[in-house]
Amino acid sequence: MKIRTSVFASFIMVAQVLGIALFLRGFFPVPVKSSLSSRSKLSDLPAEPLTGGPHNASRLPEPLFKRVVIMLVDALREDFVFGPDGRANMPYTRNLVERGSAHSFVAKARPPTVTMPRIKALTTGSIPGFIDVVMNLNSPVLLEDNLLWQAKTAGKRIIFYGDDTWVRLFPKLFMEHDGTTSFFVSDYTEVDNNVTRHLDSTLKRDDWDLLILHYLGLDHIGHVSGPHSPLVRPKLLEMDDVLKKIHGSLVSKESEGSLPYLLVLCGDHGMSETGSHGGSSDPEVNTPLVLISPAFRRKVGMEKPGTVEQVDLPPTLALGLGLPISQNSVGRLIPAVVEETPLRNRLRFLHLNGHQLSCLLRDSVAEHHKEVGVEQFRVAEKSHGGWMKLYLEGNTSEVLGNVGKKVLRQYLEALASMSSALGKQLGKYDMYSMVAGMVIVFQLLLVLLLAMPEALSGAALVDIPVLPALLSLPFYLLCLLLASVHVLVCTSAGSSCYLCSLSWGLVFAAVAFSSATLCVLVSMATRRILSGLNVPAKSGSSSSGWSLSELDVLLLAGTAGHTLSLAASSFVEEEHQTWYFLLNTLCLAVFQDVCRKYFREQRRPGSIGEDVDDEVDNEEEEEERYYLSSKGRRPPELSQQGGDPRSRERWLALATPPLTLACCRLMRTLNQTGVQWAHLPDMGHWLNSSEHKAVLSLLAALCLVLIYFLIQRRCSLVSKIALALGLLGVYSYRAAVGNVVFPWQHSGQNVSKGTVEARFVYIFVLGILFSGTKDLLRSQIAATAASRLKSRGLWEIYSGLVLLVALLFRAHNLPVLCCCLLIQTLMARFIWKKLHYDAAQTTIMHYWFGQAFFYFQGNSNNIGTVDISVGFVGLESYVEAPAIFLTALSTYAGPLLWAFHLVCYLNSESNRTPVALGHGCYCLALLRSVPMAAYVVLVTALRYHLFIWSVFSPKLLYEAAHALLCTTLCLFLSAMEQAQADAGKP
Amino acid sequence: MWDHEIKAMASSHAIIASCIFMATVVPAVFIPGFSVYGTHLLWLYCVTAAVSVVTVSVFWLLGVSQPTKKITLSYKLSRLVRSCLYLLLSCLFYHTVVVLYGAPLIESALETFSLAVLLTSLTTLRCLCVLGPNVQAWIRVFSRHGAMSVWDTSLQITVACSVIGAWLGAFPIPLDWDRPWQVWPVSCSLGSVIGYLTGLVAAPAWIHFHRKQLTYKCK
Ligand SMILES: [Zn+2]
Ligand SMILES: [Zn+2]
Repeated sequence: MKIRTSVFASFIMVAQVLGIALFLRGFFPVPVKSSLSSRSKLSDLPAEPLTGGPHNASRLPEPLFKRVVIMLVDALREDFVFGPDGRANMPYTRNLVERGSAHSFVAKARPPTVTMPRIKALTTGSIPGFIDVVMNLNSPVLLEDNLLWQAKTAGKRIIFYGDDTWVRLFPKLFMEHDGTTSFFVSDYTEVDNNVTRHLDSTLKRDDWDLLILHYLGLDHIGHVSGPHSPLVRPKLLEMDDVLKKIHGSLVSKESEGSLPYLLVLCGDHGMSETGSHGGSSDPEVNTPLVLISPAFRRKVGMEKPGTVEQVDLPPTLALGLGLPISQNSVGRLIPAVVEETPLRNRLRFLHLNGHQLSCLLRDSVAEHHKEVGVEQFRVAEKSHGGWMKLYLEGNTSEVLGNVGKKVLRQYLEALASMSSALGKQLGKYDMYSMVAGMVIVFQLLLVLLLAMPEALSGAALVDIPVLPALLSLPFYLLCLLLASVHVLVCTSAGSSCYLCSLSWGLVFAAVAFSSATLCVLVSMATRRILSGLNVPAKSGSSSSGWSLSELDVLLLAGTAGHTLSLAASSFVEEEHQTWYFLLNTLCLAVFQDVCRKYFREQRRPGSIGEDVDDEVDNEEEEEERYYLSSKGRRPPELSQQGGDPRSRERWLALATPPLTLACCRLMRTLNQTGVQWAHLPDMGHWLNSSEHKAVLSLLAALCLVLIYFLIQRRCSLVSKIALALGLLGVYSYRAAVGNVVFPWQHSGQNVSKGTVEARFVYIFVLGILFSGTKDLLRSQIAATAASRLKSRGLWEIYSGLVLLVALLFRAHNLPVLCCCLLIQTLMARFIWKKLHYDAAQTTIMHYWFGQAFFYFQGNSNNIGTVDISVGFVGLESYVEAPAIFLTALSTYAGPLLWAFHLVCYLNSESNRTPVALGHGCYCLALLRSVPMAAYVVLVTALRYHLFIWSVFSPKLLYEAAHALLCTTLCLFLSAMEQAQADAGKP
Repeated sequence: MWDHEIKAMASSHAIIASCIFMATVVPAVFIPGFSVYGTHLLWLYCVTAAVSVVTVSVFWLLGVSQPTKKITLSYKLSRLVRSCLYLLLSCLFYHTVVVLYGAPLIESALETFSLAVLLTSLTTLRCLCVLGPNVQAWIRVFSRHGAMSVWDTSLQITVACSVIGAWLGAFPIPLDWDRPWQVWPVSCSLGSVIGYLTGLVAAPAWIHFHRKQLTYKCK
């Protein structure tokens, strides 16, 4: 079956995306869950161990606290409270920490350090899986056993004010609640006032037991202007005041005889030096945890806060409130909290915690008897029984104390090892689905690679032996084999596989698809080998057609090198460095090509000699030296032919690569990304600081004007006007939001959400897109000037995208967009066309540029750098679909714009070489599938790596999203080619 | 065919290589605390100086440089001035390229410039010694089939090796191993010196094994 290259590549990409989806489903493990009844009950609790006596005490010890107030400050970093500035930031809290009856800890949050998984961790005590990040935007109801449910069941009355994520997670548990939406990141006063306004009346009342406050303002300040912003301190002082108010009221309410209160100050996660969060750097992970209660011993001075896990808080609170620990909790009781209680109670608490952990371990680990922790716990339980016996006999000697201390130590050790064993369980993967996904991806990649000679041939037709494969015997045998393997795996494995839970029809389709691909693969491989054997017999050397230029060597080596670099976590973290480096080298290599064309074309000797292949660098450098030095010596000649357009073009062409290099150098100072050097100051921060607002305004205006001039030349008149108005709208949107100023605007003007302005721009975007689509459709019908209409239509769609991106990009990122357009224009005009680079080379260059621009705009391989505030441009409230679409668009703006420019460019090229579109599509598919397939294998091999959750998994999500983007573009390219073929037929 | 020249080349390369080795070892005797990582810039200057002196003297003794037609003093002087100018330009050029590759603009300008000086001494100086301050000749040698003698080929190989060495040397910088050689510009200068040494070894060997295929146009 012969199909066109573009259709072939798009089909492969679609199938690969499905394979990746299957892999992802297997890779992101479902969190550790107990398989027993869904909630812990009081009646299920074990009795107090006692050797040889009747079981007497199955009750819980008395609760330690009557009322608990949890004050959660979003993105509260540990050093905001405990650091050197802590005394100035939160004076009252610091005073309590240093002199009051309080315990302070550094609580480590597990990555992903995003709000919703952290709330889940703080209430259930479990460590939510990575996939919860994706769910962060639409939180479903939390059905797992959790602290709040337990409290509610025990008759406690809960009040909640703050981030409405809680209300969505726990819809019916609060006696009273007021949720505030967290999505208007630029609002950092209203969100907190919404919480504080209820405080006075609530604190006066006595009808609640648990009060939860979630303050969002600090997080928003972090996102907008970073942890060192001048806004941070006033906000922290405000939080300190709130804490003072609560503490004062709790102290005044305290009465003799009743149980004490507990006030908890904590953060859900920290913030990085750039103000974002999501990753696993220390400032993001370390949060303060301050427990204040008259039940604790008074401090005499500042002690260095100890380190605990964030998940240790829920079991501690549960035991403190006399509730059962929720079932899936992996945390341990914080021993300091129960320090002042009698030894019997302390042992009892630890026993309960240990029992819960050992139950969880039994449910989630197949070989739980071999776990050290379980054994340690059993020993501790036994000696606990011995201690109880001594105790009940009334022994009060020193022996009792010593034995008790020993039991305590044994319990703590057991808890530690059980908790860490449970932590390891998180890395449990659904290997079957992963392998199946991997196999599909690899088969398709091999098919893609084997088809290369045909796909890149002049005909751009790929011959796929589908029918022979489907009718062959091996196909049926393979189907049978795979189906039996499936049955075997699904019946034998105790763990649940995603594939096994699929319906039989789907599984059979997958099995048939996989075996068909394998058959096709084998037959293509044999055909290739046979033709490889035949060709040398016919002609002397077939390899002459494959001679590579220095540029080709660089492009291939760069692609391969980048793929290999993904194996090291540092290279994944600092991937932008790889791309900047490769892009630089590419520009230098192009420069060398340009110089060669313009300086040496005529006097290239035709002698036969060996050439040194890897001279890319020195040649270009020597060339540049020549260029630099000759610039000084040539002016007389220049002035002679100054009016000659050919000579002017030549100098412009020579100037293009250095200009590109300079642009790239400037852009990399704009956004410092990655991990190691992310804290360094960059231009973006400088521009965003309030003193430099005028500079930013000027820069943004300049960029918008430049964008207009770069884009307008190939648009129709109507689109030109729409574009100009749209760009004006972008500026007024930025002014409305408060990023930039109008020269005539007074600084005191209040900041709005800019909804009207943004919608104004959206109208023009839609208008331009519509006019572009109309031109495209008309080009199908029109007999004359069809190709001109088509290229104009494509360009208009492109300019619509540019306008949309200009609206979504932050003001300081507009130069990136501007440089992108400038480089595209210059390169298309002077380099790609003039130097006759073929479609494959151009595609690879576009891809590299797209990748580099992904990082130029401030992205990284960390979830934290995704700018979610973009999802609210022009929206009054959170609407899921447009928010996700806008966020994805602005994140992938760089690759998208370059890929779309590629479509425009190849379309214009296809008049000269009709197969350009097909070749481009194939190269795009190949460029995406090679690193993706390699990365899938790498991630599988490194699945027990220390950084798997913090570094490799986010990258996997980015890769998958990028694959989706490339698939869309491949489909678009093949549609373009289809249209071209249709137009060519009659 | 050119056995004599290959031998001369091999011995001169051996001298240069041993001199780099000496520049690494000898100062350690006189200067306390001298090491490649610890006092990197010092080592870099030692190597630069040693390579420059030895390259100039070896090529001057060998007389590889193209025979000059008139040997007046003013001509010699102008050649010298132009050579110095070229060296300076080359330093600036390398500095620019390294900055374009992402070296900090202001902070470690001295380190970057030292690297540029080292690269100049490894590449440009040799070009000047072999070809003289003659831009046309440089372009000829560094175009695809432009080598006209064994020395041209060896020049191509060593220059390519040093530059590629420096290029490869930049790769380990982002790794978070915190090794002393990951400090800017240690890995790059080490890379270029190692590349240069490789080039010194590879050039005579390559020419020796490919002498059958090598054909040069007459001068
Ligand atoms: Zn948060
Ligand atoms: Zn946040």
